Amino acid sequence: MSDDHVYLTLAEGHEDDARWAYGTGFEDPLHGVDTTVPEGIDARELAALCVALADDALVSAQRLAEWITRAPELEEEVALANIGLDLLGQARLLYSRAGQADGTGRDEDAYAYFRDAGDFRNVRLAEVPNGDFAFSIVRLLMLSSWRLAHFEQLASHPDPVLAAIAAKGVKELAYHRQYAAEWAVRLGDGTDESHRRTRRALEQVAPYVGELFTACDVRDEVVAVLRQVTEAAGLPMPVYRPLPGSGRHGEHTEHLAPLLAELQGVARAHPEATW
Amino acid sequence: MVTTLLDARRARHIAAQVPDPELPMLTLADLGVLRGVELAEDGTVVASLTPTYSGCPAMAEMRADVAARLRDEGYTRVEIRTVLDPPWTSDWITPAGRRKLAEHGIAPPGPAAPRSGPVPLVLSPTRQAVSCPRCGSADTEETSRFAATSCKALWRCRACREPFEYVKEI
Ligand SMILES: [Zn+2]
Repeated sequence: MSDDHVYLTLAEGHEDDARWAYGTGFEDPLHGVDTTVPEGIDARELAALCVALADDALVSAQRLAEWITRAPELEEEVALANIGLDLLGQARLLYSRAGQADGTGRDEDAYAYFRDAGDFRNVRLAEVPNGDFAFSIVRLLMLSSWRLAHFEQLASHPDPVLAAIAAKGVKELAYHRQYAAEWAVRLGDGTDESHRRTRRALEQVAPYVGELFTACDVRDEVVAVLRQVTEAAGLPMPVYRPLPGSGRHGEHTEHLAPLLAELQGVARAHPEATW
Repeated sequence: MVTTLLDARRARHIAAQVPDPELPMLTLADLGVLRGVELAEDGTVVASLTPTYSGCPAMAEMRADVAARLRDEGYTRVEIRTVLDPPWTSDWITPAGRRKLAEHGIAPPGPAAPRSGPVPLVLSPTRQAVSCPRCGSADTEETSRFAATSCKALWRCRACREPFEYVKEI
């Protein structure tokens, strides 16, 4: 391990493909964690909460990944991919926790690959198509601000596993929100065209934000962040006109099923495969 | 009894030397992800690891590497546990780890922000003092907060004009 070139050492001393992080299939991300659900916690409620938060993250990660090869600059692709990877990691931990809590023992793959659109509990804001870069940034700002505020609360949840997942997520989400907020200011305070598009994105996002606040009370924190960003960007606060229905009840737009078809296709065609 | 103590210490030493898959100039101990190595009553070595980021794709590999190395050294019963609490912080990178990063052209992290209360959103440009790991100049700038792995950002030195990676505070 004395090689000067750090990446050459990656190829050393492995006869099989064990060195490649994506080459050997995944294991339980909660392996070895004490997974008992403490007394006094409604396990089904805990599982439902974990699934909703995991679904938000998985669907968001899939949309973020669609930006790869399409973002304005390479740096932005790397950033969006990294944010997606963090969310995917959060989703894996949360699905594993859900499977333990609801007593089914389902693993992360069972939740991610073998449920249909009607079983997903993500908010619709996560699933609607990427639109232009302004829309994706404003959506990320909304979702990451909400998730960060929510995870800050969940870090003191009575379930120690969920609390630990949330405490870890807070650190990652602070970077996500920072990225989205800086871009929103840059776009809003940029050219006439970028300003117009960002303003339109705020209006497009507005009908979906109500769903975020049905299960948790962090509206004030999120509104404060949005106000701070729109003021710095010279943008008006969007007018909130809620859409009927909610992704939290399995009511989705027509966009979720095609997203899942792409996400789940390989796993369903080869259910026993590892890769 | 003496044998047991020695064995526990030896197991700890072996696990601590395993390199990180993504920053192979660091050991898992340097990176601060190896949280403990204990010898159970029945002789099982129990090594505890914590992920740097939730989505760290190298976690499964770190587990496999530690287990394989211990087995190679004669420990037949090995168990690897994941520890999530408290979450990893870049403050756990040891002084030796920081020195090795700098020697390999990667700027080590500064102190992470203390965790208390909600994370504030700061929109005004913040002056971060990151020295160039090549020439030592403080005249540097961030080019991207996200780089090839979650834990690093991309920076550039205005003095020697070289780009470099920087391990982010978290
Ligand atoms: Zn320099």
